[in-house]
Amino acid sequence: MKPAQFDYYAPASIEEALDKLAELGYDGKVLAGGQSLVAAMNFRMARPPALVDLNNIPELSYIKPTADGGLAIGSMTRVYAVEHSPEVIKRFPLLPEVAHFIGHAQIRRRGSFGGAIAHADPSGQLPGIAKVMNANCLIRSKGKEDRWVNASDLIIGPFMTVIEYEDLLTEVVLPPNPPRTGSSYQQVARQNGGYALAATASVLTLDENNHCKSVRVILMGVGEMPILSNKVEEILVGHEPTEEAFKEIGEAVQSEIDPATDLNGTAEYRRDLIRVLVPRSLALSFDRAKKGS
Amino acid sequence: MSQLFPIKVTVNGTVYEREVEPRLLLSDFIRHDLGLFGTHVGCEHGMCGACTILFDGEPVRSCLIFAVQATGHEIRTVESLGSPEHLHPLQEAFHEKHGLQCGFCTPGILMTVVPFLEQHPHPSEDEIREAIDGNICRCTGYEKIIESVQAASEKMSSGKQ
Amino acid sequence: MAGKYFGQPVLRLEDKHLLTGRAKFVDDIVIPGMLHAAFLRSDYAHAIIKNIDVTEARKHPGVVAVYTAEDLGDYWKVGPLQVPPPFAIKGAQFNARPLPPIAKGKVRFSGEPIAIVIAESRYIAEDACEDIIFDAEPLPAVIDLEKAWEDTSVLVHDDLPSNMAALVKQEAGDYEAAKKLADVVISKRFVADHVAGAAMENRGFVVNWDERTQEMTVWSGTQAPLPLRSAIAGRMGLVENQVRVITPYIGGGFGPKVMTSQSDDVLLPWIAMKLNRPIKWIEDRRENFLGTTSERDQVHHCEMALKKDGTILGFKDVFYHNTGAYDPYGMTVPLNTQTHTVSNYRVPNFSTEIRMVFTNEMVVTPVRGAGRSEGVFVMERMMDLAAKELKMDPAEIRLKNLLKTEEFPLNTGVIGQDFVVGVLDSGDYKVNLEKCLEMVDYEKFRKEIQPKARKEGKHLGIGVVAFTEGTAVGPYEGARVTVGNNGKVSVSTGYSTQGQGHFTVFAQIVAEQLNVKVEDVRVITGDTGHFHWGAGTFASRGATIAGSAIHSASVMVREKIFATASKFLEVPEDQVELCEGSACVKGHPEKFISLGELAGKANPMRGAVEADVKPGLEATAYYAPPHCATGSGACAMIIDVDPETMMIKIERFVLVHDCGTVINPLLLEGQIQGGVSMGIGNAFYEKIIYDDNGQLMTASFMDYLMPQATDMPKKMEIGHNVHPSPLNTLGIKGVGEAGALPPSPAFCQAVEDALYEYDLDITESNLNPCMLYEFRNKATKR
Repeated sequence: MKPAQFDYYAPASIEEALDKLAELGYDGKVLAGGQSLVAAMNFRMARPPALVDLNNIPELSYIKPTADGGLAIGSMTRVYAVEHSPEVIKRFPLLPEVAHFIGHAQIRRRGSFGGAIAHADPSGQLPGIAKVMNANCLIRSKGKEDRWVNASDLIIGPFMTVIEYEDLLTEVVLPPNPPRTGSSYQQVARQNGGYALAATASVLTLDENNHCKSVRVILMGVGEMPILSNKVEEILVGHEPTEEAFKEIGEAVQSEIDPATDLNGTAEYRRDLIRVLVPRSLALSFDRAKKGS
Repeated sequence: MSQLFPIKVTVNGTVYEREVEPRLLLSDFIRHDLGLFGTHVGCEHGMCGACTILFDGEPVRSCLIFAVQATGHEIRTVESLGSPEHLHPLQEAFHEKHGLQCGFCTPGILMTVVPFLEQHPHPSEDEIREAIDGNICRCTGYEKIIESVQAASEKMSSGKQ
Repeated sequence: MAGKYFGQPVLRLEDKHLLTGRAKFVDDIVIPGMLHAAFLRSDYAHAIIKNIDVTEARKHPGVVAVYTAEDLGDYWKVGPLQVPPPFAIKGAQFNARPLPPIAKGKVRFSGEPIAIVIAESRYIAEDACEDIIFDAEPLPAVIDLEKAWEDTSVLVHDDLPSNMAALVKQEAGDYEAAKKLADVVISKRFVADHVAGAAMENRGFVVNWDERTQEMTVWSGTQAPLPLRSAIAGRMGLVENQVRVITPYIGGGFGPKVMTSQSDDVLLPWIAMKLNRPIKWIEDRRENFLGTTSERDQVHHCEMALKKDGTILGFKDVFYHNTGAYDPYGMTVPLNTQTHTVSNYRVPNFSTEIRMVFTNEMVVTPVRGAGRSEGVFVMERMMDLAAKELKMDPAEIRLKNLLKTEEFPLNTGVIGQDFVVGVLDSGDYKVNLEKCLEMVDYEKFRKEIQPKARKEGKHLGIGVVAFTEGTAVGPYEGARVTVGNNGKVSVSTGYSTQGQGHFTVFAQIVAEQLNVKVEDVRVITGDTGHFHWGAGTFASRGATIAGSAIHSASVMVREKIFATASKFLEVPEDQVELCEGSACVKGHPEKFISLGELAGKANPMRGAVEADVKPGLEATAYYAPPHCATGSGACAMIIDVDPETMMIKIERFVLVHDCGTVINPLLLEGQIQGGVSMGIGNAFYEKIIYDDNGQLMTASFMDYLMPQATDMPKKMEIGHNVHPSPLNTLGIKGVGEAGALPPSPAFCQAVEDALYEYDLDITESNLNPCMLYEFRNKATKR
């Protein structure tokens, strides 16, 4: 299983990378962590004519606090670095919680945070997590204005984003969580590190009365893209989070998801998993919000 | 179409200068260009862990990296741990606890465990089990691998050689 | 029977090289001028080949040659069968369709090789494969086993009237009569699922033809070096001693590597001779899934007649067995299934029928368990069904029917894979099960732990099963033991190794007899240049058969040592004893001669020697068993099921095993643990899945799930019973496959027990959470 031939470029700066991507156009593909791309290339399922390797651009790897208390993460920051960063752990415990389930440590050592989001694999976790965390992504390209795209607008289909051939995702900014916010990731996967059959994450913020001030729930592996639930806000915002409410939400989101049947499970089974996982996630997020994370 | 790229990579402390085709996988480069056959290839899609090496000290799948990407970096393979005459304490522990059968997955596991033990010198059984979860072994059922790592951690933390 | 070395947990001699990455595997073999091969494989599962245009591929820079069936001329020959047909069984029908070296006329499974490219690198060879234009007319694929048997509208082999590959019936007693006397008759259809061997090292083949010496050397990850050598010599018109097959270290065998007529085995020697260049082919993981053989995949229709006290009166089984597109390995797998349905319990009347069917899928040959697992699975599930029907405890009904030691040797009435009627030789099945129940605290679980768990809303269930493992089949193996001039001993055997520890275990046997250190015994396995006779590594026969031969040879050398030493020490033979590394006089250790010196004396280079005395301290011996030696055991699993997600956790795992005399208890544990991991893999993770068009859906580790460290129970609790086999001097029985046999049925029983609110009826062997979900949805609430 050897890859097909390709032309190779290793720019040393973002500007160089943008130049090269503009020059190559349709033929150029970004090589980030390579954990998905190189595997696909070894199977010859992916055969990019040219690769633009981002691994020699140190200015793409960073985790920096933003003025409002959030974090800006360079797109080439390794998932492992994000998972173990004290800054991340402090502000966004959801990230290390999820990262734990992403493949195995050896994959996370090399896989890039931005690359995983840009890959938009419907079975992957980071695209959905970026959505539920309301992440904003900086897209740059030669000769065009830099633009910020919210994760929800970035991902438009399975393995499809608004990132064009000459574009480069350079940074992901995570807005800060207000106080009294709790989060939780729940999944069912057949094995540790394997793709989830169904997964969900919730980010819940409480007001002083322990009522839901805001909530975001993402449903993953049950549609062509990660699905941000609208129903959950209808049901929960302004109200007391109760077990009954959580169960109701698990039922309500059924109309928002469209799971597939494949080798590992039926659509019906995935629906039932969501019925179970969403309440579990909300209950934990509620607990954590009360304790004040 | 494909031109050769000059690379300069340090492997087990030795600097190698070579010219490679961009698509040459690092696993193939290590084995066939450098003649270091201890790193094994089991799947070429990053799932089995047999090809795990240390890349700037981090355990990664060498089948998912192109050799051309290794230029300027430091690689360590199983050959850097010990020799049949002088086993590394980790290798000794595997020997004493029967932590290998066919030995094909073993180098990948050793290279995964080396940095793990550096970070977790006194790991629990659960931590060890999770640490090797990305390495598939078809022969042992993992139990004696875990015992080997436990024994190694005791050996290495008490300074026994 | 433990001695100084024999029976001791001796650490492995082979470890140091393996641990340091110095051990040579087949892809480490480098020969100057070596070329690399890649196969183009058919995507179609079933198609008529119209044309394979290799013109562009031949022109590809770096390509030396491209071959299809047409280019092979007369060399293209099908087969031969690797295992003889089952005509020893009365009435057996068998249609031999051995493997073709490369597809001709038709492709019959997705992944079947249709062309081979020889190039300067594997990368280039794969590039050139893409230049090949394959024009074929697709046909519908034959996939469903039961349908394949009945439906003759689509034939895998057009020269046959149907897709029947074989029909074999075996009977004892009179099942129909027994059925009439039954209080209860239960019946069920079971599916045993398809699994891969999936050793961590894929197959590989390197061949060098030396035109000047007219000798061919092959390095192959084969489990059968001697049969491979004979096959190659035969095909190439060479004498056996012109072909040397060397097995380097092998990264796991598990069955599929025993094949000797795969495309590489047949084509590469021919190509090497034609091009006069060494050739290397290393299989990749995708190819391994597509084209290397796999196993299981049966549909059983079982019926059992019982008395209301749980006594089995009779058993009937009609089962469909998928042999895939060809049947090079004969009936080994389904015969094992047949024998293992009736080797555990007293079944006075039985009728079992194998309907072996061709399909457009990869070829089926043994994978660890080799058909036994399916037999154990259906029998254990039927016992559970009977227990449910008769409201008996699953352990109780088994104890009632298990064969008793007093009944051995027992003629089972079923002819097995070695074409002789099975005889159960030894063991105490009852003690196995009782010990297992004790180790898992069965009573306590039923009376205290489970009720408490249920009160807390936990779903804990237990499964307890029994099994036998027919091991150590013939025909024979051999070994030569030689004391060297430096006093170290070398052992050569045709038996090859894939990680089982033979370098150590065989050395222990010799060290024990000759009183030398284990590390002073050098074992050479799987090199046909060193030893010329043997059948191969399969069916858990190494320790028993090769071990017995090595033991005999060692004993012969020991006797020669006494005879030779007696002359030089000038004492009667019975006054000579072995002191470590030398022969000495009893009571006078200062009068000795080192074994090395003695070896020199036994091989004088001048002077006259006695007639009939062979040179050196050397002996060759062979061992041929009359039939299988049967290992046996019992297994218990306690599983925690989350009924909301159907995820499971194995809380406890107990296995009690009897493999007779134990040579190395440390390595024994390793073998059992390894087998168990495959059994657990089969139970909840692994499955080969084809779609209706014969496309393999599980052709990588992303879709074919291998058991990981966190899938295993925290501890495998292993117990032993020792009932030496009377069939060989050492009393050994094989154990390599034992662990793989019981987990599936134990798992099913435990899950059914865990989800006690439902009357679950699990009828398939390889499960996953969604399947449990569906079984639960189909079940009636209790």
